Amino acid sequence: MEKNKNKKSFLERMGESQVWKSIIRSGVPRSRRQRMQAVLGSVFLHLHPARLPKHAVKVGYTWCMGGLSFFLFVVLTITGILLMFYYRPTVEYAYTDIIDMAEQVPLGIMRELHRWGAHAMVLTVWLHMLRVFMTGSYKPPREFNWGVGVLLMTLTMFLSFTGYLLPWDQLAIWAITVGTNMARAHPFIGHEGPGASLLAIGDINLVHAGSDVRFALLGGRFVGEASLLRFYVLHCIGVPFIVMILMAVHFWRIRKDGGISGPL
Amino acid sequence: MLQTFKDIIDILSVPTISFTFLTVAFPFIFPPSDWFEKVHRKLGIWRLWTKPGFYGGMIAITGFFVIGYFDPNFHITLTKADNFPIVLMVYSMFITIWWSMYQAYENDARLEKGLKPMEYNDPDDKVLVWPDLVYIEFIALILFMVFLIVWSILVAAPLEEPANPASTPNPSKAPWYFLGLQEMLVYFDPWIAGIVFPMFIIIGMMAIPYMDVNKKGDGYYSFKERRIGMFIFMYGWLVLWLFLIVIGTFFRGPNWNFFGPFEFWDPHKVVPLNNVNLSEYVWVKLLGQGMPANILLRESIGFLALVGYMGFLPILLAKTWLKNYFQEIGPVRYTFLMMFGLSMLALPIKMYMRWLFNLKYIIAIPEWFFNI
Repeated sequence: MEKNKNKKSFLERMGESQVWKSIIRSGVPRSRRQRMQAVLGSVFLHLHPARLPKHAVKVGYTWCMGGLSFFLFVVLTITGILLMFYYRPTVEYAYTDIIDMAEQVPLGIMRELHRWGAHAMVLTVWLHMLRVFMTGSYKPPREFNWGVGVLLMTLTMFLSFTGYLLPWDQLAIWAITVGTNMARAHPFIGHEGPGASLLAIGDINLVHAGSDVRFALLGGRFVGEASLLRFYVLHCIGVPFIVMILMAVHFWRIRKDGGISGPL
Repeated sequence: MLQTFKDIIDILSVPTISFTFLTVAFPFIFPPSDWFEKVHRKLGIWRLWTKPGFYGGMIAITGFFVIGYFDPNFHITLTKADNFPIVLMVYSMFITIWWSMYQAYENDARLEKGLKPMEYNDPDDKVLVWPDLVYIEFIALILFMVFLIVWSILVAAPLEEPANPASTPNPSKAPWYFLGLQEMLVYFDPWIAGIVFPMFIIIGMMAIPYMDVNKKGDGYYSFKERRIGMFIFMYGWLVLWLFLIVIGTFFRGPNWNFFGPFEFWDPHKVVPLNNVNLSEYVWVKLLGQGMPANILLRESIGFLALVGYMGFLPILLAKTWLKNYFQEIGPVRYTFLMMFGLSMLALPIKMYMRWLFNLKYIIAIPEWFFNI
């Protein structure tokens, strides 16, 4: 009997093993101290403080929407990488590759996960913004982080927008045509925008259909081969790169601005 | 019986009526002053933010979609795979706004009694992130992933015919989250609706914390303490953004003409377009003469109206109605607040000028692509 009492459980022995201790130094998180150390010692978990006020863990207060937006960003990155295995961003192959993905890839719901996830992310980001507004959490000292959040929300929509073109179907090119037609009316740098005709040397217009901001965005005068490549690069690397930097700032600033908002 | 109901909904959802209704009703739903608050209480609109209000709202939304699902015309737009996020949007926005207003009213009542908001806990009595937060995050993540997988299995991602630059679909629509902007195109030129307003929305939203000097209501749900800010934001968010998205998605058919939800999208629907510029009103109709050759003279009335609205009106307000407010927040904040606020207000103003007077442009200089 006495022997059994002193026998350590499997979990305890595991927590003392060299492998475990090399990963989680505080052992199996059981005591209060160990649990706090587990959070502090993890690069992912230490986004959070070790302890939180009670209201901060209530779904009724936070709606989980910021966390879910980040989660969706991860899901979209993973599914996006898988989609890149199959998809070639050329006018010749883009559409047929999409058909291929649906018909040839076993259990293929990656495109569905990616597309619906993207729509869902626009929604979760909007809802996160709404929650932050409703709780007045943008107020000092969190003004700057609200601004970063607004930029992230804009970029989320731009990410979704650039991805919209890639299937290269009717829905895609006409939605992008409608969207990018705005750019031609950009003041000064769009060829049909106010002030564009002022940017001229003598009779030569500097801003015309072949040199304006829309041309830069599309790589041409209409949505074509070059636009597909540009949107692909922006969608897969360009915008996510900026988003990741801003996300790092956003998360870091939550902690630096005093953690989650709450009543004083 | 059902047909009559559908006809009534079709008529009521015409933007002139539905938008007016929303705009008039809005201050009574989110009362920005004591007087509106009184009516809000008296008419029982506050019940919207109680549990019966929640059930009522959910039943109304669901009823609308169910009737729409069995309607041959609405069925087409409603069941487009890419429109499903908007159904989600309508539900999630209603649920979350109801939930925050419900908690806000509870807190308002507590604060009135001198109690702390319900989010308040003893600062020394904290919970541990491991496991108290981590497992909530984990559950939320799993549930959401299940939802996403089920959605992905049930609904195939949309794919239409291969891109064909020679055949323009009618209507051509931007992705749903930009349809509010596309809807603005009806009333403003692309350089405003597509460039200036989106920039103002982004910069204006980023400027909110700097313009809103009200320190109250930070870190808990509340309404009364910040009712004016809340009213302005909610009007912009709900009416000028989300409502326009719903209109753009469900109610805009061929040639961007308006169709009620249960109406057939007739591509041959003829809508008279006899919109008139302000300068034409003044020179031709009022003064009975030709348009002056000088562009600036021709549009001088429009420029005066614009300068009066964006420049003179804020000064006038600062001296009279908003005098105390101007002194409280100072000239810099006031200038930005007026710039963004009046731009936001310009959208409904232009809408009504279009509907009432067929006004096309206040300043019309197509020669320079400068139309407002």
